[in-house]
Amino acid sequence: MTKTKTEPSKRAERISWLLVTPLTCVLGFFLLLPILTIVTVSFWNYNEWSFFPDFVLDNYAFHLTSAVTWATYLKTLKFMVLTWIFCAGIGFTVAYFLAFHVQSLPAQVALFMVCTIPFWTSNIIRMISWIPFLGRNGIANSSLIHLGIIDEPLEWLLYSDFAVVLAFVHLYALFMVVPIFNTMMRIDKSLIEAARDAGASGFQILTNVIIPLAKPGIMIGSIFVVTLVMGDFITVRHMSGGQSASVGRIISNEISLLQYPAAAASSVVLLCTVLLMIGVMMRFVDIRKEL
Amino acid sequence: MEPRSRSFYLLAAFFTLFVIFLYGPVITIGILSFQGPRGGLTFPMNGVSLHWFFDLFEQQAVGDIWGSFRRSFALGLMVMSVTVVLSVMGGLAFRRRFRGSTVLFYLIIASLIIPSILVSLGVGLIFNILDLEVHWATSGFGSQLTWTLPFGLLIMFAVFNRFDKSYEEAARDLGASPWQTVRHVVLPIIAPMLIGVALFGFTLSYDEFARTLLTAGSYNTLPLEIFGMTTNVTSPVLYALGTLTTVFSFAIIGTFLLVVVILRRRRTKSGSDAGSGLV
Repeated sequence: MTKTKTEPSKRAERISWLLVTPLTCVLGFFLLLPILTIVTVSFWNYNEWSFFPDFVLDNYAFHLTSAVTWATYLKTLKFMVLTWIFCAGIGFTVAYFLAFHVQSLPAQVALFMVCTIPFWTSNIIRMISWIPFLGRNGIANSSLIHLGIIDEPLEWLLYSDFAVVLAFVHLYALFMVVPIFNTMMRIDKSLIEAARDAGASGFQILTNVIIPLAKPGIMIGSIFVVTLVMGDFITVRHMSGGQSASVGRIISNEISLLQYPAAAASSVVLLCTVLLMIGVMMRFVDIRKEL
Repeated sequence: MEPRSRSFYLLAAFFTLFVIFLYGPVITIGILSFQGPRGGLTFPMNGVSLHWFFDLFEQQAVGDIWGSFRRSFALGLMVMSVTVVLSVMGGLAFRRRFRGSTVLFYLIIASLIIPSILVSLGVGLIFNILDLEVHWATSGFGSQLTWTLPFGLLIMFAVFNRFDKSYEEAARDLGASPWQTVRHVVLPIIAPMLIGVALFGFTLSYDEFARTLLTAGSYNTLPLEIFGMTTNVTSPVLYALGTLTTVFSFAIIGTFLLVVVILRRRRTKSGSDAGSGLV
């Protein structure tokens, strides 16, 4: 009797395995194996022409004792914190407006689509598109001069840390809007009415009901923003005009100098940093529950 | 309906500013790409012309734009098809727990949060060590899948979490085999969502940069080509290209949305015959 009972579940398990085999192969070969390779190569040695198997800790020693590394990590963290603050603020406000102040569902969907469409267009073009705004003779400078607020063009608009953070916020605010909107839409509206009946003000409803219930969405958005900014090399390079450093740029510079083991060691350190941050954030949210 | 409060108007103004912030720059380069032949990278407009668009068609002015576009398009289609198929299979499998499902789930999440440059470097290293040649259709293709698959899978997980299982039970009661249930009941129901997965698959691949950087080999994809241009092209031809790719992206998004709308409409038209036999 027990045999016939376990048979179907065993069969179901086998079907599940078959279904995920191609997926596992892809992630195995193009994700797991590359990471293992990076870890391995980070202990290898290299000269001007090539890199070869060895077991040295020099790559790590050099990376971790260099003052440049620490300064760069500090700078990257600064970018991350600033971007996170702005993205969270904007993302929460926009999601709050969409979820609680727009009342018809079709309007909500339409406005939500308006917010998400830029996500499906090219990041590089969206970065380039800031040039006519922020340049020395760009729209921002010429209108400020026109209004008599400044006499000379501001030099720090384009190719500066300001431009980097601006571009990050422009690129990644959506990653906050979408998950926060998603959790807010699932908040039972009667909870808000109950709070109002009990005499809560609009602000109290926001801080005592909506923010706590939207926390998982905020966390998921934060995870996206943190990982995207920490690993970035292209936005920083482009928007700072090559003047600012980031951890990703250290790696990409080492790659372009063909110092693969050094790049691998830097990558492992970056990976550990990112995973540590994510690990802390994951404690506040159960992603499987949020789907 | 409650009267609109003051906070509504404040928030609406904020939302409008956000939308301007999102679209303003892109619209600006859209306008500037019609700059006259002697115009520069910023306003004022020095006449209006299609000069810079024509420039794009001349080989010597810019790199291999059309070749890279064809490659990006082909790669986008490849990534899209594989993402859709594997996401559906994964979504079906994850409907019940199986041994290893938790590990695989975290691997999928990891795929999303591992910095792109690491995937690029790692895949590049593997191909280097194995003495294989990196190519956009092999190493580039695989690296991009590690970015599109988690999106597709997370959408499918969300879809199946909300899936009403009684439809399948009904099909099974009527004698449908498991495959028939999937083919004639499950797939048609989730079809609009598959369009969404396809949209993610195509556009994320079409615009992907960091993961393709070290894995595309000697033939560039379009984003790589554009990035190369940003360092050495200082004329509005860059904007013309930006405008064209953005218009192309919008057209793709529009097409996908249209398909969803048509699917929905067709379903409401022919979907339910409830009550029609009663009269």
